[in-house]
Amino acid sequence: MRSLRRTLLVASTLTAMLPLAAGPARAVQPEEVMKDPAQEARAREISAGLRCLVCQNQSIDDSDAPLARDLRLIVRDRIRAGDDNRQVEDYVVRRYGEFVLLRPVLGWHTLLLWLTPLAALLLGGFGLWRLARRRAPPPAAALSASEEAEVAALLRRK
Amino acid sequence: MLVEVGHFALALALALSLVQAVMPIWAARTGDPALRQVATPAALGAFACVLFAFAALTYAHATSDFSVQNVVENSHTTKPFLYKLSGVWGNHEGSMLLWILILTLFGALVAVAHDSVPPVLRAHTLSVQGLITFVFVLFIITTSNPFTRATPAPLEGNDLNPLLQDVGLAVHPPLLYVGYVGFSITFAFAAAALIEGRIDAVWARAVRPWTLVAWSFLTLGIAMGSYWAYYELGWGGWWFWDPVENASLMPWIAGTALLHSTVVMEKRDALKVWTVLLSILTFSLSLLGTFIVRSGLLTSVHTFATDPTRGVFILGILVLFIGGSLTLFAWRAPLLRQGGLFAPISREGALVMNNLFLVAACATVLVGTLYPLLLEMATGEKISVGPPFFNMTFVPLAVPLLLIVPFGQTLAWKRGDALAAAQRLFAALALALAVGLATLALTWGGPVLAPVGIGLGAYLVVGSALEIITRARGYGSNRTSAPGLVWRRAIGLPRSAWGTALAHGGVGIVVLGIAAQGWATEGLATLKPGETLATGPYVATLERVSPRSGPNYEETAAILTVRDRNGNAVGAVDTGKRFYPSRRMTVTESGLLTVGASQVYASLGEVHPDGTIGLRLYYKPLVLLIWLGAVVMALGGAVSLTDRRMRVGAPTRARTKSLPPNAVPAE
Repeated sequence: MRSLRRTLLVASTLTAMLPLAAGPARAVQPEEVMKDPAQEARAREISAGLRCLVCQNQSIDDSDAPLARDLRLIVRDRIRAGDDNRQVEDYVVRRYGEFVLLRPVLGWHTLLLWLTPLAALLLGGFGLWRLARRRAPPPAAALSASEEAEVAALLRRK
Repeated sequence: MLVEVGHFALALALALSLVQAVMPIWAARTGDPALRQVATPAALGAFACVLFAFAALTYAHATSDFSVQNVVENSHTTKPFLYKLSGVWGNHEGSMLLWILILTLFGALVAVAHDSVPPVLRAHTLSVQGLITFVFVLFIITTSNPFTRATPAPLEGNDLNPLLQDVGLAVHPPLLYVGYVGFSITFAFAAAALIEGRIDAVWARAVRPWTLVAWSFLTLGIAMGSYWAYYELGWGGWWFWDPVENASLMPWIAGTALLHSTVVMEKRDALKVWTVLLSILTFSLSLLGTFIVRSGLLTSVHTFATDPTRGVFILGILVLFIGGSLTLFAWRAPLLRQGGLFAPISREGALVMNNLFLVAACATVLVGTLYPLLLEMATGEKISVGPPFFNMTFVPLAVPLLLIVPFGQTLAWKRGDALAAAQRLFAALALALAVGLATLALTWGGPVLAPVGIGLGAYLVVGSALEIITRARGYGSNRTSAPGLVWRRAIGLPRSAWGTALAHGGVGIVVLGIAAQGWATEGLATLKPGETLATGPYVATLERVSPRSGPNYEETAAILTVRDRNGNAVGAVDTGKRFYPSRRMTVTESGLLTVGASQVYASLGEVHPDGTIGLRLYYKPLVLLIWLGAVVMALGGAVSLTDRRMRVGAPTRARTKSLPPNAVPAE
């Protein structure tokens, strides 16, 4: 599988958006499916958030790599053992590290990442507000006496 | 022989693009207009040379000339002819050649564009464009020569990657590149404006058609790529927030912002400095996308390490153009005079909001894409930023933006009336609310956010239609309800008004399609022939599993009949696994059955020795709306492009601006 991906990487066109992790799609196999539909649904939900470690940007739910299959089975084993979703995730993270989470945790090292959308919006908004204030037309000053006279003269000429 | 001539043509293009880059600047220094004129033939010559080189490579591919390394690596005698042609750009070297082909084509178009562009501006624009061409041709010649000979020439080639043997490859990259590279023109115009230190509505008018072309093609390219990934990858997703996808989405978002800010600049002479900056940023993101994909840095650090020359070269190009243009911006932007005051509640104000949200969304995608890499470099920690992050951050930024779209269209320039706009949009708001609530009631117990999305999509579509109707009915004493007159007036509205309505309606259609995926269902089973698998409103029966063979592959195909829940036949669909012996690769061919705008999607899994197969069946309600909406958006861009003011060319500066007929009257 890994050599397949490397070939694809080389072969993919400059910007063809075809995600590079593509391969024959198998993902979840029928025999992996849990008997209890509620538990299976939970397993799918958790799997969609766990990264296939040997693929590029693919969840274990979508991946056909053997390692992804192992992870899917681990997730189902933990559910069967009575873990809640959080505990399953913690279990997998303990074994494979934070890299496995497709949704990064909120922590000091990801603060900048999570703050980006709001920060960009606020910074932009603040900049606009500053600009609007600076660019507001100055209050029209009253004409001085000499200007008044000039205007009157111009109007008369017309 | 032809191959060598093609190679030589590339070298010639390198020289010509250097002439194109240098002469106009030199002319500005010496004040010699004749020297300035040299840029035009140089640009045309560079295009001709690259076109010849491209034709030479295409000929080598078409005739399976295995004395050329590029053909050996990507072609095979049994490969269907269409893929022999599309295989030209189905590899690094060829795709870069296509890149510069489009780059020089745009350069040539600017060179021959009629007098809508003032000569000095055109010369400087051609100069910047020439510099971009020069650097990229240099990149190809030194690191990615497609004309390298293979000695000894093998008898057979390695074939093209099977995943790329698809009509998608023939269509997607050219569309995408016209989009990507089209923004080089706006970039060149921006740099030229900075060099001149002058910018005005004429500039905006000159830039706008190019932005429209680039944006429309990029929209189509992304949509095409998304559909290709959807049916080719076999698990039914249509957007994966993959770094490679993000690389194309970022210039699209920035380009959308640019499209809107040039409107403000053209009509109201405001947002000049910002528009210039956006032009620079948009093309910079195109270049960044090229770097991301070509260096392979984001997908794997190892790919980068195996061939660092290319990555380092593109990084150099990136630094040169982004760094250079931003320096130029910092130095010269203060010279650009600001103009056009407006109140916060106005068409301009709404377009500024559009830009604010788009830029925030773009920043989010950019940071999300690069963050894992930067964090690893800084601290060594490895994290992943996947679809859940992007969905959680991008959607909240997109929704408010979509909500203000119909408002922006309705508000008057300069100073608008929010209450009056809301009154005019009342029908759209009420209808959207009704549609959303009805959907929620009909699908009670299902997803909750999807009906909200349906309401939002309906709001956008109806809001766009309403904009046309309101304008056609007229205002004040001109107001009429006579259908014939309204129809005639609607036809007579400026094409740009139709373009806007179409593009915004298209966004609504996309939103409808995306929201409907909330009701998508999936079935998964191991089946024997004769057994059934149900999903959504459909039931599929496995008729048989049979072998088939194609020109360069062997296939195991599962043939299915699809019925609705009442047992009425809807259609047949087949899905297969293709084995390509030349590459020793197996690829899943998904099967699609289209019912209206919805699809039944079948994907073959494991084929077991006992005759059973693993089958995955999806029901994708209204999924086609996602891409159809994108096509409508691009169509809106095309209609806008035929607007009178684009065809007629720029008016002279002395003429006073008059409002187009039926325009929203200023207060």
